[in-house]
Amino acid sequence: MTAATFARAEADPRRLFKALASQEALLAIAVIGLAIVVGLDNPRFLATRNLSDVLLGNAYIAVAAVGMSMVIVSGNIDISVGSLIGVLATLSGTLAVDGAPIAITWLAPLVVGILVMGLQGVVIAYLRIPAIVVTLGMLSILKGGLISVTGGKWITDLPDSFHLADIELFNILPMPVFLMIVATILAAWWMRYSARGRAIYAVGGNAEAARLVGISQRRTVVMVFALHGFFAGIAALLYATQLRVIQSTVPPNLELTIITASVVGGVSILGGVGTVIGSTLAAILIAEIASALVFVNVSPYWIRAVQGVLILVTVIADILRRRRMAGA
Amino acid sequence: MASATIASATPVLSVRNIEKSFPGVRALSGVSFDVAEGEAHALLGENGAGKSTLIKIVSGVFPPDRGEVIVDGKAVHLERPDDARRVGIATIYQELLLFPELTVAENIFMGHAPRGGFGRVDWRAMREKTKELLASLEIHDLDPDRVVGALSVGNRQRVEILRALSHEARILIMDEPTAALTEYDVRRLFDIVRKLKARGVAVIYISHKLDEIFAIADRVTVLRDGAHVATKRVAETDSAELVQLMVGRKIESLFPKITVPIGEPVLEVKDLVRRPLTKGVSLTVRAGEIVGLAGLVGSGRSELAQTIFGVTPAEGGEIKIRGKKVDIRSPGQARTLGIAYVPEDRGAQGLVRPMTVRENFSLAALGKVAFGGFIDRALERKLAGDGVKRFSVKTSSLEQVAGKLSGGNQQKIVLGKWLANQPKLLILDEPTRGIDVGAKAEIHRLMGELAAQGLAILMISSELPEVLGMSDRVLVMREGRIVAEFTREQATQEAAGAAMMGGQGVEQAA
Repeated sequence: MTAATFARAEADPRRLFKALASQEALLAIAVIGLAIVVGLDNPRFLATRNLSDVLLGNAYIAVAAVGMSMVIVSGNIDISVGSLIGVLATLSGTLAVDGAPIAITWLAPLVVGILVMGLQGVVIAYLRIPAIVVTLGMLSILKGGLISVTGGKWITDLPDSFHLADIELFNILPMPVFLMIVATILAAWWMRYSARGRAIYAVGGNAEAARLVGISQRRTVVMVFALHGFFAGIAALLYATQLRVIQSTVPPNLELTIITASVVGGVSILGGVGTVIGSTLAAILIAEIASALVFVNVSPYWIRAVQGVLILVTVIADILRRRRMAGA
Repeated sequence: MASATIASATPVLSVRNIEKSFPGVRALSGVSFDVAEGEAHALLGENGAGKSTLIKIVSGVFPPDRGEVIVDGKAVHLERPDDARRVGIATIYQELLLFPELTVAENIFMGHAPRGGFGRVDWRAMREKTKELLASLEIHDLDPDRVVGALSVGNRQRVEILRALSHEARILIMDEPTAALTEYDVRRLFDIVRKLKARGVAVIYISHKLDEIFAIADRVTVLRDGAHVATKRVAETDSAELVQLMVGRKIESLFPKITVPIGEPVLEVKDLVRRPLTKGVSLTVRAGEIVGLAGLVGSGRSELAQTIFGVTPAEGGEIKIRGKKVDIRSPGQARTLGIAYVPEDRGAQGLVRPMTVRENFSLAALGKVAFGGFIDRALERKLAGDGVKRFSVKTSSLEQVAGKLSGGNQQKIVLGKWLANQPKLLILDEPTRGIDVGAKAEIHRLMGELAAQGLAILMISSELPEVLGMSDRVLVMREGRIVAEFTREQATQEAAGAAMMGGQGVEQAA
């Protein structure tokens, strides 16, 4: 009986439709579709320079969203990542100005990112304090600490060799885009095929069931936050090296933009569902929309409102989907 | 005595031919009973007999499919709890529904506080009325200004009763009110119930503690499998008869337990202690044997299973797996030792709903399909495909989201994922609760097969026919201890039922 059922399922044309209806496919279609529509209105939008600026300027958001997606899939949330990126960027820049070896300036944000996020993971997992509270506290500490230490001064006089974002691989592929693609693909592959990646979905999907099959929720959560810290470190490097100066502030609500990318990318806010491919595509889409607004003469301030609409639409769709699942 | 007047009094509440079905389950099939003014009427039945469904219909939580509820001779439509309140029906559930941060008076008058000018709350009147209510029940040790969260369970329950009275409830439903009470609080509760009866309040009292029914009730109605079995005057019956009415049904030929040679002990437990609900348990389960663990809800059966499985590690005693003494501190360790545990609450503890059938099947056996930390997809698909075939899980594909399957199919996956790990001991907690008859028969068939393959099975079930039909041996647990043991031949509904309830004629286990 079952063998026959499978055979029919494999040949079912609805499977193609289902694959196309996946969040990732919808986002890819939206990214391309939007480019075409805006390009018809204003061809300058499609200029290589504009498109590459959009990607270069926002790759760090996509990289941070990779880690954020893991955190949300595990059933947690992190709102400290925006401030952490600011701190790590300043740390790296300060080291560079002080003449530290370039390798150290690049490595330090990764290590500190892992430590700070890993520590939050420990507090969340072992003291059983909700992630939103722990990371809210960390957000204030990092943001307040950064302003106090730097006095709001920007870092200038950065050595040329520091600018990781300037490197072009094979003279064509800019480092930020390369890192965004590599981070996304490696993370996606790892989450899909590794036993530990599977554990993240299990813990986020049903922590009690995961515990009963011997998957440690605590270790999984700490691991996820440490990884998230690693990706935040890469994001901070890209952010720090994309301009000639490092501001002591990050874009306002950076953490919310990153969370938006994850959620719009199909990561369920309830945990257990989602991929980093989706979140990277969503990060690109959001950046593209922001740029498109300028080209169609709409105030770029509308981007926040657009993000809001995207979030609500995807979250409502996700909740409705879950409810139907629970009802069946 | 109130009981003398029952016959003449017109019933204040009667329910007629109530029927109610949920997807896959017929919860009530034509139940009728009535309560008279000043009467305490007990509802008695095993878990799943339909008591809760019946009181939820009377309290307006959901409407019946068929049948009617009659109050004061008039049929009423109870669509919402508010409708029931308006006709004078109040229900006190096991989980008390109070606001712990608010005071006694505020809780009592939540939603209908006495008002002064401009709609403001008249606090003084509220306090006065609370005092009147307290005085009417001769309660002198409850301060209207105390915060409810600081009260004992018994006192909180009294607040709920007072709240019901503040609505001028004439029919008070109490669902297992003594489950969490101390002896002293039980006596005080009975005092209150007697006072309420004297005031003409009709009390519907749900319990499966027989001594309480004899202490407080005038009549008792017994439900079984959603049907009305009998209504008796308490004065004219005894506990033996009630037990027999509760459990006395013939065992359907649903249970294909194959007789297989019983092998070596797989699990040996000696004087296992884990407070508060495991108080020195000893038992043995052998290869090829199905041991049924019967008992009422709250007797400590699931807690025992979770202690063996390392969810709540033991505080004392000894566990041996295949003759070797082990110290199980976590589920992961139990799994490595070859123990599988299929939990009671499939939704909350078993299935990862958003995951696919394939992912759920491999979850407990990731070590068997993952190499160097990475999952071999082909092997995983084969493992899941085999499970789907073996358990005849009805799913459109392995990539189907497990949460979308029916309850019976979900249960098969939860069971199946453990077998992928090739355990030696299988602990099943209520393996067929809430699934339809067909899926139930299949789970029973599988259990028989697994035992035949030499698996040791410890099955917890609240359905006596299932326990008696499936088990080679039946253990009865009550209040954290094994109180009786029967062989398959000795085990009867009456004997096991009596041991569960703590009635007469209980054979003490060795």
